[in-house]
Amino acid sequence: MNTLLSQSINLFAVVLLVLAFAMIAQRRILTLIHLFTLQGAALAAATLIVGYLTGQHHLYFSGVLTFVLKVVLIPILLHRVIRRLNVRWDVETLFNIPTTMLIGIVLVIFAFNLAAPIAGLSESVARGTLGIALACVLLSFLMMIVRAKAVPQVIGFLSMENGLFFAATAATSGMPMIVELGIAFDVLVGILILGVFMFQIREQFDSLDIRHLEKLKED
Amino acid sequence: MLLLDWILIVIAGWLILGFAGIGVLRNTAFVARVLFPAGAALGMALAGLAFAGLLGTPETAVLAIGLPDLPFHLRLDGLSAFFLLVIGAISVGVSVFAAGYFRHGEGTPPGLMCLEYHLFLASMALVVLADDAYAFMVMWETMALSSFFLVTANHRVPAIREAGFLYLLIAHIGAIGILLCFGVLQANTGDYTFANMRAQSLSPLWASVAFLLATVGFGAKAGILPLHVWLPEAHPAAPSPVSALMSAVMLKTAIYGLLRVSFDLLGAQQWWWGVLLLAVGLATALYGVVFSAVQTDMKRLLAYSSIENIGLLFVGIGLGVLFNAYGMKALSALALTAALYHALGHAFFKSLLFLATGSVLHSTGERSLGKLGGLMRRMPWVAWLSLVGVLASSGLPPFSGFVSEWLLLQSFLFTTGLPDSFLNMLVPVLAAGIALVAALAGYTMVKFYGVIFLGQPREPKLADAHPASPLERAGLVWLGAGCVLLGLFPVAAIGLIDPVTQLLVGGGIAETVRANGWLLLSPSSPDRASYSPLVFLLVVSVAVLFAAVLVRKFYHGRLRRAPAWDCGYPAQTARMQDTAEGFGQPIRQIFEPFFRMRRELPSPFDAKPHYRVTIEDHFWHWLYLPVARLTAGIARVVGRLQQGRIAIYLLYSFVTLMVLLVVVKS
Repeated sequence: MNTLLSQSINLFAVVLLVLAFAMIAQRRILTLIHLFTLQGAALAAATLIVGYLTGQHHLYFSGVLTFVLKVVLIPILLHRVIRRLNVRWDVETLFNIPTTMLIGIVLVIFAFNLAAPIAGLSESVARGTLGIALACVLLSFLMMIVRAKAVPQVIGFLSMENGLFFAATAATSGMPMIVELGIAFDVLVGILILGVFMFQIREQFDSLDIRHLEKLKED
Repeated sequence: MLLLDWILIVIAGWLILGFAGIGVLRNTAFVARVLFPAGAALGMALAGLAFAGLLGTPETAVLAIGLPDLPFHLRLDGLSAFFLLVIGAISVGVSVFAAGYFRHGEGTPPGLMCLEYHLFLASMALVVLADDAYAFMVMWETMALSSFFLVTANHRVPAIREAGFLYLLIAHIGAIGILLCFGVLQANTGDYTFANMRAQSLSPLWASVAFLLATVGFGAKAGILPLHVWLPEAHPAAPSPVSALMSAVMLKTAIYGLLRVSFDLLGAQQWWWGVLLLAVGLATALYGVVFSAVQTDMKRLLAYSSIENIGLLFVGIGLGVLFNAYGMKALSALALTAALYHALGHAFFKSLLFLATGSVLHSTGERSLGKLGGLMRRMPWVAWLSLVGVLASSGLPPFSGFVSEWLLLQSFLFTTGLPDSFLNMLVPVLAAGIALVAALAGYTMVKFYGVIFLGQPREPKLADAHPASPLERAGLVWLGAGCVLLGLFPVAAIGLIDPVTQLLVGGGIAETVRANGWLLLSPSSPDRASYSPLVFLLVVSVAVLFAAVLVRKFYHGRLRRAPAWDCGYPAQTARMQDTAEGFGQPIRQIFEPFFRMRRELPSPFDAKPHYRVTIEDHFWHWLYLPVARLTAGIARVVGRLQQGRIAIYLLYSFVTLMVLLVVVKS
């Protein structure tokens, strides 16, 4: 049973990575949100399993918290935002998608290379997945860089937080409860503020294309 | 209760008065008639307490305010008591004057002005009381900020905003110097109390570094040579009571800081520190007085005169350091006494003169010397009291300026006894420079007084000039009395300075001076040099009276009124009197290399000829503009980072992250 469960952690980790690649490849915003929801669910499941295996009950709380926040609340907020802004079908990236995927592969290799010595020091059951977590962070970062619209950037930002959270769980069996609560709250507040910003940008430029913000530069 | 507690109560009283001003923001009458006179009463109390503190033993206190585990330490000793006395005594005159001075509608509302003013006073008092670097810096910055807001009271005028910015900029450069100096002084112990700094013995190299940082830091606030440019901009921009406080008191806190660091906190001194201070001080004094002589704005003229006086103070301190470094305690005490005496005297006469310019400004609305004149008949109180200030400022007996400059020259005469052969040849030569400065200061003051108060009014509107209000007069009388008393009773005043020199160098001249009785001032021995101001005053008064009676009796009988010879040109106006430009012209010729001058001479065929001359500071072009250009250039290069594209900004973070990760891994 336990071997099966610890194998399943690796499975969820792989799911996270595949979803991160899928998000880079995805052009539609609606699908992006679905992918993000799935990523949140995988993260919550992985957290719960790590909690069960190590007997650290506070991880249950963070698992539940992740589920409520990233599978229920934030996707609902994002859905409302794109419905009201009417940007469900927006498609545009700064680079073409195959190039981005290639860069992503390089990043994954780099992340694994980087994580190898650190993983050796860790005693967590999920230590093998640290490289994947790091790769998720870098891929989400890449996604933020290559997207030209505001909503995908916000999703990239949230997905990066997922990767960080997973890294914390994988390497050190979770952060202290208070820190996790703080971060969860920050993410929630952050998404609200970013939502407001998106409405403001839209109002100012009649578009969510962040390239318009270049005009704000001081000469 | 300890004296220090009472002093803190006075300071708290100032703060309460200040915040009360916020409550009555636009009620000019209440602020002027109640709050400012109450502030003056507190100033009087502070002066009294400081007087008692001079004679008493040092007291310390730890305030409960500050950061957690980092309270404010305070200490009242001879040095701080002396400067508290200056702050208290001057604030009495200035506050009383200000009560009659502030009017409706001059930028900042009067209530806010009251807050800034009293905050300024309180922070200055706490600067000299601070006994750890933390409290000192907090109060120092409070002082700089409150005075900045006072300077920019009339902030709708762009030139005033620029002056305020320049002041704030240089104040911050100075603060950085002071902060670094304290960092060196605590010698890696992590304990920033002054008691700890006294206990450390630094290596000669680090001690010199600390001293140089202190000189730059406090010099920026005092206005020594390359850092003097803010003074002639900020002083004219500020309302007159504020210029008076800044010039008379705030500059002295810088002198306090220099004395505190170089004599008290740093243990052993090196002789070249004294030479450095001497050279910088003399250069500053000469520069200040030469520029002062060619100014045409009365407040700028006084601001440059303040630079000159600060230079003289630095010379005195430098001489004190030099003597002290060679272990000549008594002579060091003499030089320091001269410097402190001058600090006290300058505080009185310079605040008096700045306030007088304020009265003139209010009464005529004119600041340019070229449009004033003949005000003696319109404003006799201001004119006669200014005469006292002007005489004290020119260093003429029997006023305070003479005593301090005489003591300074006396201490120069002993420099031939220095054990180093170069020094005992070269330093006495500097005394000639001091004499030149004193003479030029006299010239400048003749110009200042003559053009404003004597002669005929140059503009018709000056006929409407109204005399100063009673409160303004009262403030001026207080300060004028200070100049006179300091000049007439130098022996008593030296008794006040004695505790300070005892603390700083472990010696004093009060014993020697008192030995000759209170009438005769003689710093070393009566055979060598002595001065008796009362006898001098008596002789001068008798001589003048006698001459006046003689003239009236014998000469006036043959008086015949007739039109003066008009050089064959009968259409003369008051504008044809000697102007400020004309009076300063010889100095402008002789000291031409000092100035960066542009002259526009009118063409002979011009129907409405204009003569314009602008005088600028070389340092502005040699030092400040290149630095500003360099800063702008670097900013332009760095500004290329700002692309305006979020993707690029994210890429910056991304690349930074990758690089850091690689660095951590390897």
